[in-house]
Amino acid sequence: MSPRPAALHLRLYIAGDSPNSQMAMQRLQAFCAQHCSVPPVIEVIDVLRAPAKALEDRVVLTPTLVRVQPAPTRRVVGNLAAEAALARALDLDG
Amino acid sequence: MARAPQRSPGLIKAPTGITGLDEITRGGLPQGRTTLIAGGPGSGKTILGLQALVHGATTQNEPGIFVAFEERADRIVSNAASFGWDLPALQRRKLFFLDAQPSPDLVHTGESDIHGLLAAIEARVRTMRAKRIVFDSLDILLTWLGDPTLVQREVGRLHDWLLESGLTAIVTARAPDQLASPSGVLQFLPFLVDCAVGLEHTVVTGVSQRNLRVMKYRGSGFAESAAPMIIGERGIEVAGDLPVRGPARASTARVSTGITDLDDMLSGGYHEGSSALITGSPGTAKTTLAGAFVQATCARGDRALFISFDSEPAEIVRNLASVNIRLTRHLREGRLLMESRSALSASAESQLLAIRRLLDTHRPAVLVIDPVSALSKQGNETTGFGVAERLIALAKSRGITVLCTSLLGDASPHGEGSRIHVSTIADTWIHLSYHVVAGERNRALTIVKSRGTAHSNQVREMTLGARGVRLADVYAAEGEVLMGALRAQREAEEQAKAVRRDAERARRAVQAERVGAELRARIASLQEELALRTAELELATAVDAAAEDVRRKDRRERVAARRPHHPRSEPPA
Repeated sequence: MSPRPAALHLRLYIAGDSPNSQMAMQRLQAFCAQHCSVPPVIEVIDVLRAPAKALEDRVVLTPTLVRVQPAPTRRVVGNLAAEAALARALDLDG
Repeated sequence: MARAPQRSPGLIKAPTGITGLDEITRGGLPQGRTTLIAGGPGSGKTILGLQALVHGATTQNEPGIFVAFEERADRIVSNAASFGWDLPALQRRKLFFLDAQPSPDLVHTGESDIHGLLAAIEARVRTMRAKRIVFDSLDILLTWLGDPTLVQREVGRLHDWLLESGLTAIVTARAPDQLASPSGVLQFLPFLVDCAVGLEHTVVTGVSQRNLRVMKYRGSGFAESAAPMIIGERGIEVAGDLPVRGPARASTARVSTGITDLDDMLSGGYHEGSSALITGSPGTAKTTLAGAFVQATCARGDRALFISFDSEPAEIVRNLASVNIRLTRHLREGRLLMESRSALSASAESQLLAIRRLLDTHRPAVLVIDPVSALSKQGNETTGFGVAERLIALAKSRGITVLCTSLLGDASPHGEGSRIHVSTIADTWIHLSYHVVAGERNRALTIVKSRGTAHSNQVREMTLGARGVRLADVYAAEGEVLMGALRAQREAEEQAKAVRRDAERARRAVQAERVGAELRARIASLQEELALRTAELELATAVDAAAEDVRRKDRRERVAARRPHHPRSEPPA
């Protein structure tokens, strides 16, 4: 496994402790632990606490994972149950 | 909307400001509840939702949020620019568009929900104190969530959130695939909402026909039948519950028809605020009668609205001038408004709504529709009658005197019966026809009926000349009405006959005089004779009486001479 660029920056929008949001948090942590040689920057935004930010970033469905860096921006919606799709979206399937 | 919102316990109505819809729903959509607008693509769901928001923001002091799932907000704003709602100004404080289209690169990795969206909206509702909200359209949830059970769960979540928020909400959805069929993903939606409205858009022989129908309204009465609807210059307009009653009080006043002879036949003219129908084949001068009426109206100083489906106003004015009906001055001075409409370009419903707008702005005392049969052209036959009927009812409810002309397909004088059966609601029905006799075509006018009027049932000949319209007496010969040259001939014959009759009368008078004189002479002589006889009789009577006197006296003397104490009496021999 070759080291990934250290610049991986993720942002996870969650809605409080709703089941899908909590599941997404756990799965993202597990995924990164398994696939990332360098721990990525993970920013968690609770839209219930920061609704203006959700509006600004046009987050409609929760949970939503956004790859901020590296460009281009990618959006992944859902509780991250489909690991393969997540890996593809983050270019971590190689 | 003149009607005040109907109030029942717990049910307050939020007016939409949409002409007709507030009448159908008896005041508007349920306030603080959810309304479903269902309709296919292009049926006007988005416009209806936006119009209700704009009305709330501008007139009800109820700011609104538009959640745009399907179309981008800037496109919605530019599409609605032609309605004159001034969205940019409203967007500063009273109206907020929330762009919520899924991004094309969206990847699904398991279940998600709309918590994020609702949280964002909630924040916005608080900051702008929003009272109304539109979700357009919910079908998008299907694209997002994929799984029907998830859609159901999230719609339920949305519904609960809406109930708690107290917002007056409109959710739109495509119909009928998702709503009507039992397997449809959104088929439960109508059961969740308090009010459901269906929109339908069909194209019949090239003419667009739209309908709106309220399918359910919890706790409120509503007009159940489908109402025609248009998307006009100012947004959606619905042909709502037009009043079918006449004005509060039936007027007995008369308004001149503009033709003296016709006024005489109708004992003074049309009833004010009534409806008159003039039927006839092409060229029977229906428009001329309408023009005469309009001229008389304007000459009194009243306003008139002339809707023409046949020709351009300039053409009508020119043609009417040839029979001494002058409209130019009334047009110039604004009493007369002539509007030419193409019968082919729009549905009968859009025509009705356009005419209604003109009635609102021009406020005429008299409305002319020439011809009303145009409303049944172009696949509108089925709705055409309803439109004509409602138009007349609308005008009458405002006290406007209506005159409609109607083309008749067949030229037979007995084929009376207007193509769209307006006759049943017309108070006065005048039929114009051609009579072709002896190589001549003559116009005939018949008053078929006139409610509340002593009218002449006789057929009259109508003549058009430089001095105007005249109605001539006609001659009935062996059951046939004579006109034109035949009438003139008959008139001459009648005149000759009259001369002969006069001579005969004179002769008879002389003869009668002579006979009379003779009789008078005989009476005189008889009277003389009678007097003579009477005198003779009196004389004879007097003589008799005198003779009787003498006899009595004589007898008394003889009796006295025979008495016994008379010593000188001698014994009988």
